[in-house]
Amino acid sequence: MPAHESSMNNTALSPTSNSPSLPDPLSRELVPRLAGNEAILSWLELDLDTRLTFSQGWIVVTNRRLLAKTPETGETWQEWGYRPGLMLKHTDHAGVGTLELVDAQQRLANWRYTLAVNVAALKLVDHFEQHLESHVTGEPVKQANEAICPKCKAPLEPDQEECPICTQEIHTPPSTWTLFRLWRFAKPYKNQLLAGFLLTLASTAATLVPPYLTMPLMDKVLIPYQNGAPIDPKIVGLLLSGLLGSALLAWGLGWAKTYILALVSERIGADLRTTTYEHLLRLSLEYFGGRRTGDLMARIGSETDRICVFLSLHLLDFATDVLMIVMTAAILFSINPWLALVTLLPLPFIAWMIHVVRDKLRTGFEKIDRVWSEVTNVLADTIPGIRVVKAFAQERREAERFRNANRHNLAVNDKLNKIWSLFSPTVSLLTEAGLLVVWAFGIWLVSKDQITVGVLTAFLAYISRFYARLDSMSRIVSVTQKAAAGAKRIFDILDHVSSVPEPTNPVHLGAVQGRIEVRDVGFRYGNRAILRGVDLAIAPGEMVGLVGHSGSGKSTLVNLICRFYDATEGAVFIDGVDIRSLPVAEYRSNIGLVLQEPFLFFGTIAENIAYGKPDATREEIIAAARAAHAHEFILRLPQGYDSLVGERGQSLSGGERQRISIARALLIDPRILILDEATSSVDSTTEKEIQKALDNLVQGRTTIAIAHRLSTLRKADRLVVLDRGQVVEVGSHDELMAKEGAYYQLYQAQARNVDTDIDDSDDEEGDA
Amino acid sequence: MSFELTRNAFGRLVLTDGEGIRHEGVLPVRAFPVTAPEAGIAVVNTEGHEVAWIDRLKDLPAEIAALLKDELASREFMPAIQRIKGVSSFATPSTWDVVTDRGEASFVLKGEEDLRRLGQTTLIVADSHGIQYLIRDITTLDKTGRRILDRFL
Repeated sequence: MPAHESSMNNTALSPTSNSPSLPDPLSRELVPRLAGNEAILSWLELDLDTRLTFSQGWIVVTNRRLLAKTPETGETWQEWGYRPGLMLKHTDHAGVGTLELVDAQQRLANWRYTLAVNVAALKLVDHFEQHLESHVTGEPVKQANEAICPKCKAPLEPDQEECPICTQEIHTPPSTWTLFRLWRFAKPYKNQLLAGFLLTLASTAATLVPPYLTMPLMDKVLIPYQNGAPIDPKIVGLLLSGLLGSALLAWGLGWAKTYILALVSERIGADLRTTTYEHLLRLSLEYFGGRRTGDLMARIGSETDRICVFLSLHLLDFATDVLMIVMTAAILFSINPWLALVTLLPLPFIAWMIHVVRDKLRTGFEKIDRVWSEVTNVLADTIPGIRVVKAFAQERREAERFRNANRHNLAVNDKLNKIWSLFSPTVSLLTEAGLLVVWAFGIWLVSKDQITVGVLTAFLAYISRFYARLDSMSRIVSVTQKAAAGAKRIFDILDHVSSVPEPTNPVHLGAVQGRIEVRDVGFRYGNRAILRGVDLAIAPGEMVGLVGHSGSGKSTLVNLICRFYDATEGAVFIDGVDIRSLPVAEYRSNIGLVLQEPFLFFGTIAENIAYGKPDATREEIIAAARAAHAHEFILRLPQGYDSLVGERGQSLSGGERQRISIARALLIDPRILILDEATSSVDSTTEKEIQKALDNLVQGRTTIAIAHRLSTLRKADRLVVLDRGQVVEVGSHDELMAKEGAYYQLYQAQARNVDTDIDDSDDEEGDA
Repeated sequence: MSFELTRNAFGRLVLTDGEGIRHEGVLPVRAFPVTAPEAGIAVVNTEGHEVAWIDRLKDLPAEIAALLKDELASREFMPAIQRIKGVSSFATPSTWDVVTDRGEASFVLKGEEDLRRLGQTTLIVADSHGIQYLIRDITTLDKTGRRILDRFL
């Protein structure tokens, strides 16, 4: 249906739809209907009807009224002039936006659209509200004093039509010539590669000498001897030493080329691995949320290795083979063009066969890769969760899952092997047939005295090598496809643009004061709106507590402030600067984060404390540990600060780990501090200890704290109550209690049941 | 059933429960939208709290069932893909042209991980805007569609 496609394209091209770019048929239809001084301000091409089927409709806002035409209304335009009480409401749910036109009494109309045209819809609502207000009050239209992007509320330059931050989405697929993109990694080694190529050329030439020497051996030595002539030891000696010499030369050159090229390919592989890993680390949390650890590990580990093997072994062999074929062909033609022609006859057939099988094998190998990561994913799921598996006695189920994944793996492999196993014998058959043709044609030529027996022997010696190489060359198809599939999966990572992009023209903040401003922020995860229209200003040095049920968006808000994600709508400002215009690492260095589950890396306690500032002195580390009330328990450990913590800090208690992570945050001396349920996972005695450590940490810093237990927020200057993604109340504890609103209810619920958490689950927005 | 359901002038559903309390703007929500759409529908109020539970839609009086069905139809948007006409490339991101039960559409698939299996034959495809497309049974797709899917699965 072209109508729908055009809707996608139009709106994609001009999301800030204005009357100049109004589509032709529409303007022809609409312009005659307009009054003299009426102007079209914005329009929205609807891609759904009210029953949510894909169809085309229009909403147009002018300076006098709102017009709409949908499939339900047929060819007629509905219209509503501006009058008091009119409201255009905008909501979205599950990827579908809704516009509702209501007055005080009833709903006048509603329209639906997919979020693909959301920006145009938001702009339309803005225009509607501005002109309605001006119509009702009689005052001229209030232009926003700074141009603002309708989607993210970031200020725009006067000449900017589109927001530079919002238009960064790329939807072009990567090219299929993925392997050639590896050149980026090969480039630094181009001198070595050239040397390797020249050595390959020379060593291949050296291996072609022996068959050539069989010619004089036959014609000048053996056949004359059969015909009664004596053997000349001088000629024999010369020819044999030629054979030996060329063999030795080929050996030496072959060694040099293999060594150099293997060296280079290992380095390319290592570069590829580290580049991919570095890129991966820079990607946003959103990327990691959507992927499985096992799959990412397989990509960086085994795929790079496969590419490396491909470069050092298979590609090298292939290059040698091609050179050999070209050189052999040249030699054969120089000896006898006719026989050469017959000899080379099967070549196009084999090339064609390779081409046919290539396609089937490529998809097959991609599939095998995916199935293989399925197998590793089962492992990556089960092994970390082994306690749960054992507790619910589901070992058999997990084993069955693994067996199924393996069975799937087998099935896919079996299917591919059916084609693959047929391939090699067919090439061998063609080879034998080719030899047969050469024998037959050669014998005929000898019988006609066109060539000598020696020439025929040389030909047979050449082509038996030649076909043997073709056979191995055919193997290049599968390994190339495997390597290409691997390269594609690696470039998938490398091509992934971080959804938290580095700014093109970064702004540098000198000393950060710590004023945070959250302006009209909305966040959507998948199609679920988690935050809507959140406004919040936090003064430097202020401590704000975020309160609300689980799923109310507290952690998401904090993640947006840390810039682990970028807001879908609206923006976060620090000291008046949009955080998206700051270099990510520089911005985060101002933030100290203490999480519910502190993560300790394998290493000593001192290394863990100094994680955010690796060059910290021992004195600084101890000072931080003292302030975090961790110093004493660390000294009780057998090796003090040099004690090793086990993987993820398993050898320490929860409270101890938490105090180490507080020391870690203290050491970088951040201006902004974020405590995400820092005391939730410990008992109340430990909590008091941690609380003392936190009190040290909070002093003089802008602090945002999320806490289960409202009592832990007693030091907060203000409390912000969130409910289902919106701020419902702001104020101090006493004010909010007096108000008897949402906070009061939360507090009462907790006071009734001191030991129970306010939430049903303690996993706060684990999906966000 | 111990509740009444009507639609007000703003197009909102109003539920009056057994104790006579009016809830304005209630919404029906399916508990298993994909695996068992007909069984288990909750009616939730604007606070997100459940105010009524319906085991089976067909056990309800006809007019209430019709109201609920109507509301569900205008809320649920999970087009079921019936035919895949073509894809722009087998590497992601790629643009898909599909025929759904709600008309023809095209969307952008951002990555292979946006294709999620739900059981053996059911598949959910999330597009770049978060809209979810459903392939209820991949075996009922035509050969072209299956071959295309095969490249992504």
